[in-house]
Amino acid sequence: MNSAYILSLLQGLWATVVLSVLTFLFGGLIGFMVGLARISPSWVISRGAATYIQVLQGLPLLVLMGLCFYGPSILGYNSLSPLVAATFALTLYSSAYLGEIWRGCIQAVAKPQWEAAECLGLSRWQRMRTVILPQALRIAVPPTVGFMVQIVKNTSIASLVVGYAELSYNAKIINNATFEPFLYFGIAALMYFAVCYPLSVQSRALERKLNVANR
Amino acid sequence: MIYNFDFGAVLAYWPLLLEGVWTTLRLTLFSTVFGILVGAFCAVVRTGGPAWARWIVSLYVEFIRNTPLLVQSYFLIFGIASMGIRLPILLGAVIALTVNIGAYTTEIVRAGIESIHRGQLEAATCLGLSSTQTYLHVIIRPALERVYPALSSQYVLLMLASSIVSSVGVEELFGISNRIQSETYRNFEIFVVLGVIYLLLAVLVRSGFALLGLAIFPRRRTLGTPL
Repeated sequence: MNSAYILSLLQGLWATVVLSVLTFLFGGLIGFMVGLARISPSWVISRGAATYIQVLQGLPLLVLMGLCFYGPSILGYNSLSPLVAATFALTLYSSAYLGEIWRGCIQAVAKPQWEAAECLGLSRWQRMRTVILPQALRIAVPPTVGFMVQIVKNTSIASLVVGYAELSYNAKIINNATFEPFLYFGIAALMYFAVCYPLSVQSRALERKLNVANR
Repeated sequence: MIYNFDFGAVLAYWPLLLEGVWTTLRLTLFSTVFGILVGAFCAVVRTGGPAWARWIVSLYVEFIRNTPLLVQSYFLIFGIASMGIRLPILLGAVIALTVNIGAYTTEIVRAGIESIHRGQLEAATCLGLSSTQTYLHVIIRPALERVYPALSSQYVLLMLASSIVSSVGVEELFGISNRIQSETYRNFEIFVVLGVIYLLLAVLVRSGFALLGLAIFPRRRTLGTPL
């Protein structure tokens, strides 16, 4: 045990958190559009969104990372930095899952609410913005917080293809030098746990709170 | 800059790719079987076991579900190696995947068990079923049937996630492609080919689970309605 190693693990943890936050921001943005597109009245748009979701949910994240890392240089762009490539891949990946989760939440808003909004003569956009989305947001919070745990865990893969140095990568480097896997991977696991567990607990608590009516 | 795609160079390695697919499917099969056994056992313990056992199971579930598979497999596989025990790498990978998926299965099956109505248990007691019979026929089977859709998507995810154990040196589909990559330098084409293969595998595993569901849950086959 050496303080330099602990420091390196903490730096890795910070890199993990940075990547997770970026992923959640961009993934949430695109996921929101995917979710809306999925329930679009236009057949082409909803079918397109469904295909997008199906394809991305059928690919391992590692393959997606490879495509995002090597793809841009083929199109003639300079190769992406590891952080950008990892954020790109994780954004696509989580947008598919978040889009599907949020579609479910939007559709879970009681049918009479949609009908009432239509009867009031609200336009589609007004109906979404003032009636449906505020209620869907309430339903969406617990599964979204739960999905953040998945995002944090998935960032651990960012070191494999792309080479972004985050927590599990730093732990592996230290293990290569010391060969004490139980100690250093144990600490790394505890660090992940320290980030993820509060989110899991929070997600469950919110779920219970929102489910009061059905208890 | 015009890039010339050369899928031929990658596809020329089809025997290797096929070998990788086979390893991936074997990994998935073994971890599915052991995962369901571990998960069903832990779910029963968590819903009806003694307090200390429940506590251990929930510790296991929470810890596995809140740490990444990559770190778990490093911990287990490198850890076992550091104790001086030499395992075949495939066995190590199956252990790591089983430990991981077992925790998720526990949560899913537990939800199924908790959804079994009290009346069913009372009926089982009235019929004079022993507790083993009650567990097997009245609790576990209907519980599994109820959560079957959730379970099968979790196991499709497991198949996709098995690509992660390539990082500890397992030559499954993703691991074997690293070898092709270092021989052909066709990075992008390899990932495209891999993507297509994994998509097909996902469809295959999903339909395999659907067929298996029809075979083991006769109610769905004869009545056509979910439980």
